[in-house]
Amino acid sequence: MISPHLTRPLISLRSDDRPSVGGKAAGLGELAAAGLPVPAGFAITTGAFRHALQALDPDGAIPRQVGGLPADDDGAIADVSAQVRSRIVGTPLPARLRDEIADAYRALPHQPGPGGPDRPGGPDRPGGPDRPDRPDRPTGDVPVAVRSSATAEDSGSASFAGLQDTYLWVTGADALAEHVRLCWASLYSVESVTYRRHQGVPEDGLAMGVVVQVMVDPRCAGVLFTRSPVTGDTSVIVVEASWGLGSAVVSGVVTPDTYVVSRVTGEIVKRDVATKLCHHQRNPSAPGVCLRDVPPALRDVPCLEDGEILALADLGRRVSDHYATPQDVEWAIHGGSGPQIVLLQSRPETVWSSRAASPVAAPTARAFDHVLHRLSAPGRTAAP
Amino acid sequence: MEPGGQPRSFQLPSAIEDVPGAENWRSMYPYFTRFQPGDDNRFWFYNSMHFPEPMPAFDAITAEIPYTAIGANTTRVFVLPTTLGIEHRIVNGRVYITAIPVTDPEEIGRRAAIFNERAGYYYQNWDRLYEGWKARIAGLISEVEAVTVPPLDEFEDPRVVTESTGVAQNHYVRENFHRCLDLFSKMWHHHTEFLMLGYGAYVVFFEFCKNAFPDISEQTVARMVAGIDVIMYRPDDELKRLARLAVESGLADEFPEGCDPDAVLARLAERGEVGREWLAAFDAARHPWFHVSTGDGFYHHHLSWNENLAVPFAALTRYVRQVAAGETLERPTSKLVAERDRIAAEYRALLATEEDRGAFDQMLGVCRLVFPYVEDHKFYCEHWFTTRFFQKIRAFGELLTSRGVLEEAEDVFHLQHYEIDQALADVMLAWASGGEPLGAAHLRPIIAERKRALEALRSWSPPPALGPVPEALNDPAVQMLWGITQDTIESWYSQASSDNEKEVRGYAASSGIVEGTARVLRDVNEIGQIRDGEILVCPVTAPSWGPVFGKIKAAVSDIGGTMSHAAIVAREYGMPAVVGTGQATRRIRTGHRVRVDGDRGVVTILD
Repeated sequence: MISPHLTRPLISLRSDDRPSVGGKAAGLGELAAAGLPVPAGFAITTGAFRHALQALDPDGAIPRQVGGLPADDDGAIADVSAQVRSRIVGTPLPARLRDEIADAYRALPHQPGPGGPDRPGGPDRPGGPDRPDRPDRPTGDVPVAVRSSATAEDSGSASFAGLQDTYLWVTGADALAEHVRLCWASLYSVESVTYRRHQGVPEDGLAMGVVVQVMVDPRCAGVLFTRSPVTGDTSVIVVEASWGLGSAVVSGVVTPDTYVVSRVTGEIVKRDVATKLCHHQRNPSAPGVCLRDVPPALRDVPCLEDGEILALADLGRRVSDHYATPQDVEWAIHGGSGPQIVLLQSRPETVWSSRAASPVAAPTARAFDHVLHRLSAPGRTAAP
Repeated sequence: MEPGGQPRSFQLPSAIEDVPGAENWRSMYPYFTRFQPGDDNRFWFYNSMHFPEPMPAFDAITAEIPYTAIGANTTRVFVLPTTLGIEHRIVNGRVYITAIPVTDPEEIGRRAAIFNERAGYYYQNWDRLYEGWKARIAGLISEVEAVTVPPLDEFEDPRVVTESTGVAQNHYVRENFHRCLDLFSKMWHHHTEFLMLGYGAYVVFFEFCKNAFPDISEQTVARMVAGIDVIMYRPDDELKRLARLAVESGLADEFPEGCDPDAVLARLAERGEVGREWLAAFDAARHPWFHVSTGDGFYHHHLSWNENLAVPFAALTRYVRQVAAGETLERPTSKLVAERDRIAAEYRALLATEEDRGAFDQMLGVCRLVFPYVEDHKFYCEHWFTTRFFQKIRAFGELLTSRGVLEEAEDVFHLQHYEIDQALADVMLAWASGGEPLGAAHLRPIIAERKRALEALRSWSPPPALGPVPEALNDPAVQMLWGITQDTIESWYSQASSDNEKEVRGYAASSGIVEGTARVLRDVNEIGQIRDGEILVCPVTAPSWGPVFGKIKAAVSDIGGTMSHAAIVAREYGMPAVVGTGQATRRIRTGHRVRVDGDRGVVTILD
């Protein structure tokens, strides 16, 4: 069965498109539609995955074979998953899918800018409003990021989010097609298969979406938490930031700067400027990303200005207001004289939200009883 | 305990040596202010918030009387469950204090039963009692203003005979002097009447907010509580009003920067109707608003604006320039109120449970109930009353001078009040006998010696704390009134025992980071030295320091918490501030390049 759509523009997607494009794509579409700055891009649907799998494995041998693996037979899982991955990676896309992806790819703008109505840091920036978005539209292929977009949290890939199923600086339609297959193959990584076998997730109907977005070459990037990951405080937005690509922050290879902003007053409550020793950058000599030392002069420099911290906090507030629940949001800032913030992903916060909220204090019979109790309590230390 | 098993300790009181040239300092203070051998076993801290300078002999009364009042209030009147009163000691002219805790659970329970009843009565009747308080404190101010110093003319007033009063005026020398002391004591009892209950409400709300929102800044909590229409802003508001009147009346050119107040007033008297109108408005503002002290009311030389017009004129001339340049000086009070209420409403909405919201409403409600007292009592007590009190003592100094005992009236402040009693008795006897007072030969050398000692004591930098590091600081009075917590003590201790001489740590009182040149000012009379863009480093600030905040770009103080004056004003001006450092004025010198990090509460000396 072929789904009516093999690709769909991100801007057309909403949260309830998750079954047909995966969570990441649906989430980005939801953000973009809410007027939040998301790099332009499109999703390759789960229908496209099934279409390709149908061509590759018309008899359904793969789901049968994988579904029959014992959960604790590490050797068999390693062997079978490697075979499946190499089949997926090694088989060209069906022609119709290949052409549709190539068309969607060529239609992408050459600037990652979201083009949304309320781009952050726009009008006040030097050269902001008058600066043409595409001064010299390049004629070459636009570099893109190719990221897997799983359809369910329990697909396992959620646990391994990050580098393994994200490919950066992919350039040209052929390379794109190849990396789409790599993304799909990650569905059959040892970790994912092991996870599914342990959880008893059925292999039939397994599918994955893929996100293709114009590549952002960030000056700095990181994660913003609309609820403090450290204290659970819902009144602050915590911004973690480091030089270069956000993968350095997400993967933990660098200790990022941390800024804590009150969402009520906009006050920057705390700044911890870390010594940032390394960063992820575009590899100049090969496709993809490389790990580099941060130049010594930049290591101890805060990578965000106050205005940028506040703009990020404002975006965080809008994202969490939009979802009405705390979010963890990946972001990046790119561009020199007119820097722009883009959001790369938003996930619901799970650690604190899963805990039952217990009251800090309860009303007393008389309001002043709070004070009477406090002044009668031995051995406490006070705040002010 | 340190790993080695040695108890952690600050310098012991008994280990403090006399400052060279001031070996006689003990003669300035009553015996009951001396450190005792057993005091080495207790934790003490330097009360630099109230006493940032060495104490002249008379001024020690501003420790003695307040501690008789606050101790009576906490120990005997309201019977606070976990603390008795505060003890004070003076060493090398500096006042150290400690609170006597109650730790026995049974005793705490016994006291709590009485405390709950008594404090409950005050909270339940707060507004009515506070109205009564204001009437009584106004009465005390009128009384102290009415105290007279008998002129001791050659012959008694005939009315003593015609009205047969039976008492000659030399009697009233002592009675009226004692009346000043007695009224000062009563004022301090009033000062402390609502104090712990007021600050207790704040502490409860602060702790609740910190628990519910661990990352909330103390500044933000303070903003939710803060009143907008506070009487302590009134003196400064009066200056702004006078500045506007000057500009509207075309008198702006009479207020050049650095002008001499007396010369300005004299010239305005010759500027016809508009000049006279401005002077009338100026005179109306002076009573009571210019009774605001240039300090905190703890030193005789902290004169009021009325006595040192250079201080209000420094601000007035700047305001005149600003009004002339079209700036609006009014504090946008309705906007400030709306913003305060928005902040409170948004934090309330972020609370996790309905119970929390109920508790939040109650606690904030109690804070706002007590707020008028907490903010306004300072003007009535430390400023208006105390300004008048010191003026009266000075008048007795003039009597002693006119009778040949003292060289000048100010010398009276180099005598303990107990010694002034003797000097006045000497004068009373001499007037009665027709002989000469004997005080000059006895007192003048003592006073000269004390003046020298006091100068020598200035050079001493008192350690922020003495004695063993306490394991837990749980005294509500110390926490509420001085903002000293276990964290403060730890930071003092780590500074005392660390080599990092480049960092001074305190409370992050107002956010932001700036670098600049430090200007160390020891009291408000030095504020003329400050230059635009400098960083103020001072022991503590009071409302009279207000004018300085228009010039500086950051503030650093030795003492104070989130609700301290420096913190509040810095936030209003949006400049970084680090307060409660314990030793900024000791470690930082004028001219040092420093970085003030108002987010982390760190001042770094860059030189």
